[in-house]
Amino acid sequence: MIVAEQKTLDEVKTLIGEAEKVLVVGCGTCVTVCFAGGAREAAITATSLRMASKLDGAPKNVSDVTVQRQCEWEYLDQIEEQVKEADIVLSLGCGIGVQAMVEHYPDAWVVPGLNTSFLGLPTEQGVWAERCAACGDCVLGLTGGICPIARCSKSLLNGPCGGSEAGHCEINPDVPCAWQLIYDRLSGMDKLHVLLDLQPPKNWQRSRDGGPRKIVREDLRLLSEEEG
Amino acid sequence: MTVEVRGEEKMSSNGYLAGSNLERVLRAGHFAVTGELGPPQSADGEVIREKANLLKGYCDGVNITDNQTAIVRMSSIGAGTIVIQEGLEPVIQMTCRDRNRLAIQADLLGAYALGMRNLLCLTGDHQNFGNHPTAKNVFDIDSLQLVRMVSDMRDECIFQCGDAFKGREPRFFVGAAAAPFADPIDFRPYRLAKKVKAGANFIQTQLVYDIPAFERYMDKVRELGLHEQTFILAGVGPLKSPGMARYMKNNVPGILVPDELIDRMSAASEPWAGKSKDELTSEDKLARTKAWRDEGIKICIELTQQLQEIEGVAGVHIMAIEWEEAVKPIVEGAGLYPRPEV
Repeated sequence: MIVAEQKTLDEVKTLIGEAEKVLVVGCGTCVTVCFAGGAREAAITATSLRMASKLDGAPKNVSDVTVQRQCEWEYLDQIEEQVKEADIVLSLGCGIGVQAMVEHYPDAWVVPGLNTSFLGLPTEQGVWAERCAACGDCVLGLTGGICPIARCSKSLLNGPCGGSEAGHCEINPDVPCAWQLIYDRLSGMDKLHVLLDLQPPKNWQRSRDGGPRKIVREDLRLLSEEEG
Repeated sequence: MTVEVRGEEKMSSNGYLAGSNLERVLRAGHFAVTGELGPPQSADGEVIREKANLLKGYCDGVNITDNQTAIVRMSSIGAGTIVIQEGLEPVIQMTCRDRNRLAIQADLLGAYALGMRNLLCLTGDHQNFGNHPTAKNVFDIDSLQLVRMVSDMRDECIFQCGDAFKGREPRFFVGAAAAPFADPIDFRPYRLAKKVKAGANFIQTQLVYDIPAFERYMDKVRELGLHEQTFILAGVGPLKSPGMARYMKNNVPGILVPDELIDRMSAASEPWAGKSKDELTSEDKLARTKAWRDEGIKICIELTQQLQEIEGVAGVHIMAIEWEEAVKPIVEGAGLYPRPEV
C-alpha cells in the first residue's frame, strides 16, 4: 500500500492561509489503512482546524468528506458541489489523490495535508516499513524476494557492503541490513550460488530516472473504444 | 560454491596493465606498502603538499580519499594532481555515492590524462554519516559494477554503454576494498571472489587487528585461489589511544580489536592511571599521548610483520589519517624501508 503521514497542523494552517471555507477530503483506500487520511482522520483534522482558527480569532468554516478512492476521477464526481463551494480543498489523499483532485477540478485550489512516504506494509500494530521503490524492473527473483533497491540504504545489487553488522545497517541500528536478510534467506533455501553472479548496472530508465512514466495497454484501450 | 573468473586482462606493450609504480612493485614480488592521505576541508593545496612529503619514500602509492565519511573535502583527483607534482604516486579513490556512471567515467578520463594510474573502487559511506545528510545520493552503480566498468574501459576499450572509445583508453590498475570481518562473515571470501571476478587487480582490506581471524579469512581466500588472481594488501593502522581502540571495537562495523591490544594501550598510560582529569598537568597529558602513540606504532609494526608471514598477503595498506607522521616509523620499524625502485 501507499503509506503516508500527516503534515503538522502548523504547516497545514500555513498552506490554508486566509481561506475561509475549507473542505477536507479524506480517502478510503491506502491512507485509511495507514491511519493518515481516512474518514476518521478527515473528521479530526476538520475539528482541529475549526478549533485552531477559532483560537486564532478568525473562525473558519471547515467541513469534511471522504471518497472511496481519491486517485480515480469517477469517485470524485460525487463531491463536485462541495468542492465548488469551498475556497480551498485540503486533500488527505496521497500525492496521487491531490493531483487527481487538481486534474478533475481545475478551478479548485487544492493543498496536501499528508506527506506521502513510501510503498510498504504494516510490520506490527502502528509500524509501517518500506518494501518497494517502484523501480520498474523487479529484481526480487534474484534476491530471494527481498528488495535491495528499496531496503538496502545504498540500493546495492551486489551487496552486502562493509557496513553490515549484527543484522543491521550501519546507518541506523533500527534498519535491518537487506543483504543480511537476502543472505539468510538464500542460505536457508540452499540457493547461495545465486549471489555469486555479478549483477550488471541496473537500467534506471525504467525507474523515475527515465522521466515520468506511463503505461499504455493498447488491448484495453481498443476494447473500451469498441464497447463505446 | 565456486566463482568463475572474468575474461582476459589485456596488458600493454610494456607488460603491465597500467604500469604504475604500485603495479610494478607488486608484480616484481615485493611486499607493497600503500598509505592514505585525506584531503582538507578547504581549497588549501599546501596541506596536501605537507602530507605528501611525510609519506614520500615510505609508500609505493598513496590513497587519496573521495569525500571520506561523506564529508566534503578537496576532490581526490584534484588532490591527486598535487600529490603527483610532489613526486608521489596517488591511488585515486572513487565512490558511487556522489557520481553516476557518466560523471565517474568522465572524471576517470580526466584523472588518467592528468597522470593517475591507480584506482580504488568503493561504494562509499552513506551520506547520513557526513556533513550533508540532506543530500540526494546517487548509487547508480555499486563498487563491483564500477570495477567491471573501469576494467572494460581498459581491456575492451568501451564505455559502460558499450560504445567504443574514439582514441586512447584509460588504463588503470584497478583496486577494490574488502571487509573480512563484516557480516555476514561467511560470505566475505565469496564477495572478494566476486570483486576479483569483476576485475579487481588489487585489494585493500579494512583495518586488521585480529590476526587469527584474518588468518581464517585468508585460509578461505587461498582455498578459492583468489590470492593468485589479485594482490591483497591488508589494512593496518596505528591506534592513538585505548579510547580509540574501544570505540572501533564497539562502534565501527567490520573491525575486530582484540581485548589484548586494548589492554596494551591502557598499560601504556599506567604511570598516569588513577589520576583524575584535573590532577593531570598539560605536560602529563602530552606525555601520556606520546606513550599511547608510541605503543600504537609498536603494535602496528608487529601486526605488519605478522601479516607479512601470511601466505597470499601481498602488502599492507597503512591508514594513518590525520597522523601521517606515523607512517615513517611504521615502515622503518617493520623493515620495509627503503621502498624498492622498480
